[in-house]
This record gives sequence, structure tokens and C-alpha cells, in this order.
Amino acid sequence: MLEYGFMKNALLAILIITPLFGLLGTMIVSRKMAFFSDALGHSALTGIAVGVVFGCSDTNLSMILFAVLFALLLNYISGRGEASADTVISVFSSCSVAAGLAILSKDGNFSKYSSLLVGDILSISKKEIGYLAVIFLLTLLFYGFCFNGLHAAGIHRTLAVGRGIPVRLMENLFAVLTAVIVTLSIRWVGILIINALLILPAAASKNISENMREYHFFAVLFSVFSGMLGLFISYYTNVAAGPAIVLFAGILYFGTYFYARKTAGK
Amino acid sequence: MKKIIRPCGLHCIKVNHLGVRFGEQVVLEDVNLHIHCGSINAIIGKNGAGKSTLIRAMLGELPHEGKIEFKDRENGRLKKLNIGYVPQSLNIEKNTPVSVYDLIASYQSRCPVFLKKSRKAEKKIRQALEVFEAGDLMDRQVCNLSGGQLQRVLLAMAVMDEPNLLLLDEPVSGIDQSGMELFYRTMQYLKESFDLAIILISHDLDYVAKYADKVILLDKTIVKEGSAREVYESEAFRNIFGVGELPGYVSKRRQPVCSNMDL
Repeated sequence: MLEYGFMKNALLAILIITPLFGLLGTMIVSRKMAFFSDALGHSALTGIAVGVVFGCSDTNLSMILFAVLFALLLNYISGRGEASADTVISVFSSCSVAAGLAILSKDGNFSKYSSLLVGDILSISKKEIGYLAVIFLLTLLFYGFCFNGLHAAGIHRTLAVGRGIPVRLMENLFAVLTAVIVTLSIRWVGILIINALLILPAAASKNISENMREYHFFAVLFSVFSGMLGLFISYYTNVAAGPAIVLFAGILYFGTYFYARKTAGK
Repeated sequence: MKKIIRPCGLHCIKVNHLGVRFGEQVVLEDVNLHIHCGSINAIIGKNGAGKSTLIRAMLGELPHEGKIEFKDRENGRLKKLNIGYVPQSLNIEKNTPVSVYDLIASYQSRCPVFLKKSRKAEKKIRQALEVFEAGDLMDRQVCNLSGGQLQRVLLAMAVMDEPNLLLLDEPVSGIDQSGMELFYRTMQYLKESFDLAIILISHDLDYVAKYADKVILLDKTIVKEGSAREVYESEAFRNIFGVGELPGYVSKRRQPVCSNMDL
């Protein structure tokens, strides 16, 4: 299958996106931000709609900008520490999706954008793979400097602040990074399933890991494994790659879940 | 952790006119504290009296009015105050893949904890844990530790950087009676063996009376401070806790006083 250029590109893209999502997902799961990343994925529609309204030639740019602003707003809301933060996030998220859908579906044109919902990894170009590679390196750099601080703040915020860790700054940077990664990959993975791809490998890994090294190793391994397998299956069965990948990640999740229960019961 | 030093009693920590507001609501106002190294200072008060807020403000998490100074009494120089903090509980649920090493290294080391363990950090953490007889807990999952074990791990983490001040937020929750005795004995040991001052929030008035050098009764501001006896026998204490809640330790000692006064 690799004689086709588009398959080579897709494979390369998968090899960048899946480890990236594996690494990002662990932090999202640890910090209980699954809802947040879900809202971010949905905001992509609004970002495109805003771009269309303002006549941007590149809707990618408007999508990223909107997602970054949206992420900072959501972070601000959750940072106020009110119990109803999830409700407020949901309100903002659904309003933004509704606004996006309303604008994009005007004059019955939504079918143009429906590919965004499931994504199409086979249409990725070399240049776009380049962007993904750059953001992957940026993420590694960010993790190199901020991982411990973010993790510490997730375990106990006051304790982290008391040790002089710039928690607010790190959280905002992480939100921006997540926003950029989600919007950059949304065309290839799809709005409907991008969050599953972020959460499932990390959640599966959490089932069987005892420390942070195992947690990240298995998350990346599961993510890359389901990514590759999903792509091959999609090639031979003509199913969209995104859903196939998520299905494999889902199987891994349930597999690890029952394995963990069985070993715990011994 | 460095060698254990005897407290010199010459360092003092001063909190001047500390106040905290949440919008219009005044949570703390005009709190003035003066404490010395080598002492255990217990903050008591009803729920909502601002005890935890005081600690969060001292740690710099909450914006506050007033100043916190750390002085060397010998030459009066101002120094940077290094605070160690032991929280009430951690935000770690069941099945969380965080080992004791991961927990402490996240706060102490720059080397990301999802990579290979840093030898340097590991050695430092092991030494700190061993002081509290918790060296063997290094690779255990934090969520599987007992209340007492977690307490020792958190204490080890808090004193790793030789703090001048140790803040403990309701440290006895989730620990049984013998664990509590052990905890207060550990406080005594820390006080005698390190050059630091201890401020702890506690609900157990008996242990406070037994171990605290100074008791601070808080209700938005400091309404009474002094020895356990002075505070427990004060009007302010009675107004806040009511006589019915007097701890055994105090009520036993109070009886002769009461009879003398023909009450």
C-alpha cells in the first residue's frame, strides 16, 4: 500500500499525531480536562465560521486563533473555582458550536464542511505534515520545561504555588498548546472523534500503570499502535481512518480495564 | 536534606496587618503574628474562621494586604522566608499512576517525571524519606498509601528544602488515634531537631494543649493568643466554642480554678 504517495503521507502523519496525542492525553486525563478538550474540538467549527464571515483566505488561521482565545476563556472560567464550571463550559461550547453551524449551513452549504466531522487523513500534504512535526517538537520542548510544574499543580495547586511554580502561566500555555494541536489535527482526525483519540490511549494506559513512566510509555504505545492498525484496516476495508483508529483504542481501553480488574482480584 | 541543626531561637517570622478579601467579603483582617523558630504554633477556630485562608495567603496563593517578614534577631537582617507546606489531602484518586517518587520529584526536580528517573533527585528524595522512616515507600503508588504513610511522605517533601517555616493544614484528618499521637510526636521532633517554626491548623484541642507552645484563636482576626491555658480559659474561647466543648485536658485542670472562684 505504500506505493501510493498519499498513503506514505498518511502514515507519516499518523506517526506524528498519535505519539503527540498520547503524550498530551495523559496530562488531559490527569488534570480532568476531557471536557475542556472536547469543547476545544467543537470550537473548530466556529473558528472556521468566523473566518468565513470575515472573508479570511485561510480558515486554518481563524480556526487556530479562535480556539486559542476560547481555550484561554475556558481556562479562566475553570480557574475561578466555581462548582458550576463544567456547566458554564458546556454553555459556551454549545453556543459556539451552534453559531458555527448556523453560519456554515447558511444557504445549504454545510456539505462543504462535513468532511471536518470525520476527518480525512489521506488528504494530508507534505507541508501540513511539516506543521505537525513543528508542533510536536514544540510540545516536547514545553513538556521539558513545564511538565513537572503542571503535574504538581494538578496534584495540589496551593502546594505548587507555595513552591514558586508559575502555575497560572503554565496552565494557560498548556491550554494554548492543546488548542493549537487540536485545531491543527482536526481536518485529519475529525471533530467527532478527536477527543476520543486524545483520551482513550491515556485512559487505557492509566488502567495498567503504576507510575508516570509506565503511564506515558503505554499511552504513546497504545496510541501509535491503534493509529497504525486503524490506518491499515481503513486501507483494506475502505472505512474512514479516524473511526477505525478510535475503535482500536477503545478495544485497548476495555482490554486493559478487564485485565486490571482481573489482576486486582487475585 | 542537610544535617540536623538545633533551633537557634534567633529567627523570627512576623506577619503584619495581613488581610484577605474575596470581592466585598472580608475573610481575614489585621492579622498580626510573631513566631520564633523552634516553636509549635497551633491555629484553632471554628469552620469558616479563615484558618485555611491564612495559610493560603502566607503561601502566596491568595492576594493579601500586609506583609510577612523573616528576620534574624541577632543582626535584624531581613531574609527570604522559605516555607514548607503540608496540605490536608492530595487531589489523587484511586488508580492514579503516580508513585511517591513522581509526587515529590514533580515539586522538587526539573527533570520531567515521565522520563527516566533522575539519579540525583532519587537520592535526595530517598534521604528525605528516610528521615521519616518512609524510604521503602519510594516506588509505591501514592493512592495506595495509608493516611499515616502519606502524612510522612508529605512531611518529608515539606522539609526537604530546609524551610524556616512549616505550615500544616489540618494534618490529622484521616488518621487514627495512635497515628495522631505519632504525628504530634513527629512535630515535637521536628521542632527540636530543625531550625524551623511550625504553624499548624488543628481541631484537636487536647493535642494542641499538650504539644503547642502557642495557641492562636482565629475568627477573621486573632481574637486571642498565648499558651493553651490562657486561650482556653479566655472569654473569647468560650464565646466561640462554648463551655460544653472544652477539651478534657483543660476541663480537668479548670475545675480547681472554678471552685476557687465559687462558680
